[in-house]
Amino acid sequence: MMVSHASRKILLKWGRWVGTFVAMSLICIPGLWIVLSSFRPNVEILSKPAVWIPENINLDHYRAIFSSDPGQGAVPVWNYFQNSMIIASTSTLIAIIIGMAGGYAFARYRFRGKNTLFLGFMLSRTVPGIALSLPLFIVYAKLGIIDTEFGMILIYVALNLPFTIWLIDGFFRQVPEELGQAAQIDGCTPWQAFWHVEFPLAKSGVASAAIFAFLTSWNEFALASQLTRSTGSKTLPVGLLDFTSEFTINWGGMCALAVIMIVPALLLTFVVQKHLVAGLTFGGVKG
Amino acid sequence: MAVVTLEKVVKRYGPLDVVHGIDLDIAHGEFVVLVGPSGCGKSTTLRMIAGLEDISDGTIRIGDRVVNDLPPRDRNVSMVFQNYALYPHMNVAENLGFSLKIANRPKDEITQRVAEAAGILGLDDLMDRLPGQLSGGQRQRVAMGRAIVRHPDVFLFDEPLSNLDAKLRTQMRTEIKKLHQKVKTTVIYVTHDQIEAMTLADRMVIMRGGQIEQVGSPMDIFHNPANLFVAQFIGSPPMNLADGVVTDAKTVRLENGMELPLTADMAGRVAAGTAVVMGIRAEEMVFEGHGDAGAQSTRVDITASLSEPLGNESLVFFEFCGREWVCRMFDPRPVEPGESLGVHLNMDRVHLFDKTTEIRL
Ligand SMILES: Nc1ncnc2c1ncn2[C@@H]1O[C@H](COP(=O)(O)OP(=O)(O)OP(=O)(O)O)[C@@H](O)[C@H]1O
Ligand SMILES: [Mg+2]
Repeated sequence: MMVSHASRKILLKWGRWVGTFVAMSLICIPGLWIVLSSFRPNVEILSKPAVWIPENINLDHYRAIFSSDPGQGAVPVWNYFQNSMIIASTSTLIAIIIGMAGGYAFARYRFRGKNTLFLGFMLSRTVPGIALSLPLFIVYAKLGIIDTEFGMILIYVALNLPFTIWLIDGFFRQVPEELGQAAQIDGCTPWQAFWHVEFPLAKSGVASAAIFAFLTSWNEFALASQLTRSTGSKTLPVGLLDFTSEFTINWGGMCALAVIMIVPALLLTFVVQKHLVAGLTFGGVKG
Repeated sequence: MAVVTLEKVVKRYGPLDVVHGIDLDIAHGEFVVLVGPSGCGKSTTLRMIAGLEDISDGTIRIGDRVVNDLPPRDRNVSMVFQNYALYPHMNVAENLGFSLKIANRPKDEITQRVAEAAGILGLDDLMDRLPGQLSGGQRQRVAMGRAIVRHPDVFLFDEPLSNLDAKLRTQMRTEIKKLHQKVKTTVIYVTHDQIEAMTLADRMVIMRGGQIEQVGSPMDIFHNPANLFVAQFIGSPPMNLADGVVTDAKTVRLENGMELPLTADMAGRVAAGTAVVMGIRAEEMVFEGHGDAGAQSTRVDITASLSEPLGNESLVFFEFCGREWVCRMFDPRPVEPGESLGVHLNMDRVHLFDKTTEIRL
């Protein structure tokens, strides 16, 4: 029995490793394939049977998309990148500011219709984004904000707010109410108590909400593809469509642009991740 | 000088009154303990004094200021919370100095006053630790340190010891008492532990259901409880009770038919025919052969059901008049369940409570 128990433990350990490996592969391989493809010539990307080990690594696709000749496959990367950056960061900033106020209010105050309002927020998330695109298109057309960064910021703020509020609410709930009260007795105004005591403790929640909001806006395609059309407002995901023409798809260029899109998102996640980990250890501290 | 005055203070949550217009005068430097069963409104009252709850009606004064509409920060009170409410992201020194930092005091003054408080509470070696790295007792001390750093007019304590184990609780109780003797600030202390209340208080306030039942010194309340509730709430083991009627013959006839003679004094105060609850504390009864119950004593025979030896005394339980009674046996000997014993009741220390109003007669 002893032996079988020990060997079962080892087996389980290996099972976990293999399971993790398979799961991670499933998640990562498409991404890696994109990165790989962005550095390979089209022949290699399209060859059948597939060439697994790249034989020819170069920067041709990047050169092409950054070149000035549309015939070579150039796209206004810099414009798209700027649009994406402006739209994603502004909408994230606004969503976080409103979300912090809202999340705090939900966590701390009792008011009429609180539960209904909360439920309403959650339900609004059950509507698939694509179902909104036609009504939004009509409304935006009437308002004249189609194909503007402002319009995209507006819709992303609206899209992100329910989740942001919900997440931040959860974190402020974890901060014992007495801490803010203790701070007020110690001489703080409610505003000071918030910034000196409650915010630092819920910071990691705000950071995670910010990542989620940013990534949602950064990657969103369905609505952006309907509501933007010029280089003045098109975002990177929509820009990927530039590589499809009537009969061909420029896979290499598309992959290169996709990599350009992934890198800032990864960087942001790494930078903010530090705060997320800090947030986890906070749980070990009793008020 | 910080006198605290409550006048007809009411707290309402919607249609629900949880504090029913209480009046209380607290002198400067006094240690007042609010005590009562769970949910009686002790914390609510304390939080109204602190400014953490709105006052629905009535007036609260600290010193000569009406503080009803002042935010907590302008009341110059300190509060120690049940869960300590230390700031988890600041170390001990920062926790202690936080109020002074917010008040924009100069750096050296902060350092000096923090050191002073740390000295009083023995926190010098812990200054760089985060609250999460402290034991329960140490956190408790930091919370008290944070309160005294500010030199407040009033200290408010809300069950500060209830998260500690029994031994530490006794130890911290002594420290709180010492601290009060050192700083001589007015203290309002909430607890539902009557022993804590008895040992700490200059004056005790017994609350029930949002009302004050009795205010007085611990000894006064122990010996002269205003009503049946206070009599039962204060004292351990609780007061022994029996239902009965006062007769013409200056006796009280208990439910089991037994008649006990009342003292002349008592008989003069209570009209014949009054339905009463008789109460006597475990200390006022003496087992035959274990001491003297005084000149006014009367003997009853009982059958012991259980005895708990405590060393220098035993608690002997028995049934009397349909209720469980407890009596202390001083200089104890082993008592077997079922053993018959004689007990002398000191009738001079018997309390009679009106059966309907529950007020002491
Ligand atoms: N926000 C609230 N809304 C409605 N009722 C409340 C609220 N807060 C407290 N109460 C009620 O007020 C009463 C008094 O509460 P309080 O916290 O003052 O009791 P307490 O004496 O401190 O009890 P404990 O010893 O359990 O701490 C309780 O019956 C409680 O249910
Ligand atoms: Mg309480």
